[in-house]
Amino acid sequence: MTSGERVEALAALGRERVLILDGAMGTQIQDLKLDEEGYRGERFADWPSAIKGNNDILNLTTPDAVKAIHKAYFEAGSDIVETNTFSATSIAQADYGMQELAPEIAREGARLAREAADAIEAETGTPRGVAGAIGPTNKTLSISPDVNDPGFRDIDFETIRKAYHEQAAAMAEHVDFFLIETVFDTLNAKAAIKALLDLKAETGIDRPIMISGTITDRSGRTLSGQTAEAFWYSVRHARPWAVGLNCALGAEEMRPYIAEIARVADTRIITYPNAGLPNDMGEYDETPDETSGFVGEWARSGLVNILGGCCGTTPEHIRAIAESVKGAKPRRPARRERAMRLSGLEPFELSA
Amino acid sequence: MAVAVPTFVNVGERTNVTGSARFRKLITEGDYAEAVSVARQQVENGAQVIDVNMDEGLLDSVEAMTVFLRMIAGEPDVARVPVMIDSSKWEVIEAGLQNVQGKAIVNSISLKEGEEQFREHAEKCLAYGAAVVVMAFDETGQADTADRKFEICERAYRILVDEIGFPPEDIIFDPNIFAVATGIEEHNNYAVDFIEATKRIRENLPGCHVSGGLSNISFSFRGNEPVRRAMHSVFLYHAIKAGMDMGIVNAGQLDIYDDIDEELRELVEDVILNRRDDATDRLLETAERYRGQGGGTAKERDLSWREAAVGDRIRHALVHGINEFIVEDTEEARQQFDRPLHVIEGPLMDGMNVVGDLFGDGKMFLPQVVKSARVMKQAVAHLIPFMEEEKEAAGEEQSSNGRIVLATVKGDVHDIGKNIVGVVLQCNGYDVIDLGVMVPCEKILETARKEKADVIGLSGLITPSLDEMVFVASEMERKQIEIPLLIGGATTSPAHTAVKIDPAISVAPVIHVLDASRAVGVVSKLLSDSRDDYARDVRADLARIRERRLAARSSKKRVPLAEARRKGWDCDWSQYTPPRPNWTGVKTFEPDVATLVDYIDWTPFFFTWEMKGSYPAIFDDPNRGEAARSLFDDAQAMLKQIVDEGLLKPRAVCGFWPANRNGDDVVLYTDDSRTTVLDRFYGLRQQAAKSNDRPHLSQFDFLAPEGNEDWIGGFAVTAGDNPDVLAAFEKAKDDYSAIMFKALSDRLAEAAAEWLHEQVRKHHWGYAPDEAHSKRELMEEAYAGIRPAPGYPSQPDHTEKVTLFKLLDAPENAGISLTNSFAMMPASSVSGVYLSHPDSHYFAVGRIERDQVEDYAARKGWTVEECERMLAPILDYAPGAESAA
Repeated sequence: MTSGERVEALAALGRERVLILDGAMGTQIQDLKLDEEGYRGERFADWPSAIKGNNDILNLTTPDAVKAIHKAYFEAGSDIVETNTFSATSIAQADYGMQELAPEIAREGARLAREAADAIEAETGTPRGVAGAIGPTNKTLSISPDVNDPGFRDIDFETIRKAYHEQAAAMAEHVDFFLIETVFDTLNAKAAIKALLDLKAETGIDRPIMISGTITDRSGRTLSGQTAEAFWYSVRHARPWAVGLNCALGAEEMRPYIAEIARVADTRIITYPNAGLPNDMGEYDETPDETSGFVGEWARSGLVNILGGCCGTTPEHIRAIAESVKGAKPRRPARRERAMRLSGLEPFELSA
Repeated sequence: MAVAVPTFVNVGERTNVTGSARFRKLITEGDYAEAVSVARQQVENGAQVIDVNMDEGLLDSVEAMTVFLRMIAGEPDVARVPVMIDSSKWEVIEAGLQNVQGKAIVNSISLKEGEEQFREHAEKCLAYGAAVVVMAFDETGQADTADRKFEICERAYRILVDEIGFPPEDIIFDPNIFAVATGIEEHNNYAVDFIEATKRIRENLPGCHVSGGLSNISFSFRGNEPVRRAMHSVFLYHAIKAGMDMGIVNAGQLDIYDDIDEELRELVEDVILNRRDDATDRLLETAERYRGQGGGTAKERDLSWREAAVGDRIRHALVHGINEFIVEDTEEARQQFDRPLHVIEGPLMDGMNVVGDLFGDGKMFLPQVVKSARVMKQAVAHLIPFMEEEKEAAGEEQSSNGRIVLATVKGDVHDIGKNIVGVVLQCNGYDVIDLGVMVPCEKILETARKEKADVIGLSGLITPSLDEMVFVASEMERKQIEIPLLIGGATTSPAHTAVKIDPAISVAPVIHVLDASRAVGVVSKLLSDSRDDYARDVRADLARIRERRLAARSSKKRVPLAEARRKGWDCDWSQYTPPRPNWTGVKTFEPDVATLVDYIDWTPFFFTWEMKGSYPAIFDDPNRGEAARSLFDDAQAMLKQIVDEGLLKPRAVCGFWPANRNGDDVVLYTDDSRTTVLDRFYGLRQQAAKSNDRPHLSQFDFLAPEGNEDWIGGFAVTAGDNPDVLAAFEKAKDDYSAIMFKALSDRLAEAAAEWLHEQVRKHHWGYAPDEAHSKRELMEEAYAGIRPAPGYPSQPDHTEKVTLFKLLDAPENAGISLTNSFAMMPASSVSGVYLSHPDSHYFAVGRIERDQVEDYAARKGWTVEECERMLAPILDYAPGAESAA
């Protein structure tokens, strides 16, 4: 099955039922209880700085463990899994001095997910997709790192765009989608979109784009200050295969903002909340039943097309979510009158 | 499809350097913070999109666009609306697109350079995610007739929609609004052409929009606002009916169509719709009658509140700032109450509490509060003798919320802001001891100790005052005076407070107070039970600011002085002959106040009163308009008094000398032979790296080097002062009038500088004898040549005033002297140099490196340490630290 055929097959499936994404990668990696040496493996035994916590490096040092996590999610019912490449950009890897390795990490991450998908696809005969995860990096284009100098930035658009371009080019061979996720600064996401559109124009590699923003708290805004609707207008030019929200909030808190995007977006809605809000220890303790109880209602209310989990969710959560959406009709994209829709932090509309 | 509600989107136009001289000035001087407030005002005034344009020849437009958009990204009040990125240069547009997180509008792209470039730009707009304005402009030029306009737009539409797949709803056509009634017959149909083209575009090119820059239409009636407003309204009325749904419009420059005087509307409509051949002549004839009209009818005075009970009357008088009846009402209340103190604690405090609440909610503005305070003080003054009497009988002490010692530091004479802080604190029940201006450190600390002050407040406006504040803080440390220190005034900043003052004192907290409205909150926290927590928080904030400040220093690249010099501004001096002044030497002038009144720029006057908004638009502000109008009326009344009674005697001196640029400096000669050196002015050069080939400016680059004949001018003007008048106000407990008098003196000094500069350009230097600028254009500095002042961004070194004052003999010729910190006395004075080159302009030197400091020190004969102290605010490094560190 080519990537194009697989996307078509998933689209057809998605007209019948809600598609299931995977859950957290980080939580599963924590369960491996790797120490510094575990992260380093043989290859980076002599690396000059500590690298524990660089989850994406595990694509190179413990590839089997990463693949096993993908497999567990597929077995729990995921139609699509995300690659372990959230921080596989030269910018994010610079924290560990591993910027040079970013393309290799990205390429291997994509290959591992592909292998897991191909294996289960061969076994079950149902299409299984791979979404190349593109995280926000640890820099912001819209927010000054210095409160006294609001015009200052420690990075620019072109630098971020290049880093994303490098990451996407490395993943392209093995992924069916690109997923720009955990967008807390929309301008970073716009740099990623530009990178993907440039890649397409330069090489002809055309993978559908999914985009998932992050509403950071109950103000209903992204970290860079946009409302959910304004966020949608800012990224709509990517003509995404799906758009939605993930992370920061649990399902209960996220619902109004998903409803806000679902009302206006003329594409599929993807959403994968955390397992509730973190407790005092920073742990997530919402049970699979609780999470699936919330998101099952979203599916029955016709709000979503693709559901999964973010921080704190496990294969058990995904299994419960897949169960809870059975029989629910997937959402139909919103149909709206033609209008010029712009945004600042808030949406703007001028009918045509 | 449902019927669309007709809508019109108003694009704010004030953040455009080509359209607003004020904005241009703020940007060229690097005052981005204030430039952001221009954007904020527009959004507050209802702009649904803001147009940002940085196309100015001498500006690094890419950098300006980038920095400004980044600045507004952090301002939720501004960033909430979409941006229109406006430039004729693609690189500037692309810089804009890389710095907006929202979906913006690009203004503009066109077929001017052919289809290939048009496609490329449109495709990039798609990839960045932006709507586009498409100008009706093709390879052969700008479209003027309805047919050409439509043809070009149709061609562009086909390429965009059919070939590239651009969403039609994201296309906005601008079919060019041109001026009508210019006297040139071919222009008469321009408005009709636009309207007709708009109609055809909307009917035949589905989904798209039509926009235009409105102010062009009335270009030939510049200076006649009522006629311009009528033209805008009539044109829009017809263009919107035809389908125009967006426009770059100054909302303040519009009248309601039905409210336009019928005769004028008819005449304007004839012009816009080209209904008769003599339409322009007829409008011109009548236009003069409308000039200078607009607004301001006298209100009937309502005295019904006088019938209420005395307590209500007192509250009314306080809230409305009416002092006419306060003494009689206070006396009536005193007779009703058991003790005079009860009048204060009862109706007077009730009234002031209402005032405090309204001020806190933003429903009252500073001038109104100061007026209320005047009423309060006069009431209290009436009661004091009775209370003294009572006190003598009982022997008790009055209590207050706390005691604050305020002073403008040694070497500085500016006190308007400090006085306002004093009044606001008094309104809130604090006991204020105001030591006035030029107060030495010992006196401040001695008073604070003797009077058992709870807080000390220091104020200053000029840069050297910052040093003096550090000195006061270090003296407090040395003497272990544990009294919280407040810092305020125009040059002070949280950064300076954090980096310089706070480290000098550990025994007491230091707090930077941004403006008078914050003072009460800060003081009450300092005197509350939780003051230790508050002090700790303040300390922590300052420490954070300090760290960031140090970390941010190296954020922007600087170039070495030698390189900056190589890349200075220059011109082909063989192609340009500097104008010769009509005389050289020094002359004095005594302009009368009545002449100067016309030259007053009122916007800063409102700023003084912490009412931010530009004149005259501020009168239309739904919240502040009424307060602004009332303040302005009071100012007019006092100006009249100043003129009628001759309360101020402005004086001025100016001079011209043969001069040539010498490196970054300028050499002045005694006479035209240019053999004997009279004196030197020194200049500082920009060192911030530039992303393109814009020059690294120094102020004297605009002067011809040796071997050419050029001249420099210098001036000093003062509004004068009048201690007797101020003393009288003080005696009458009338802070409002005292502050008003000083604020007007400041405006008159600036007006005198503006007047003298015009005289210089027209007569004395005489290089622009036929100049005919409106007063407004003068304010916006539309003229040729500049008058930069030492101590300001183009040359931040205040000590240069010493040379200037010596050359002008300003103490003798204008009655202006310098303090030891180089502040001018009287305070309402302005001085500077004159440069005549038509390309000369204001700029900000910005931060400089150690190499320039060393070089400058050597040229001025200073030690490097002296130089670092004088230029402390613009150093790009921490003095004393190793440069390699």
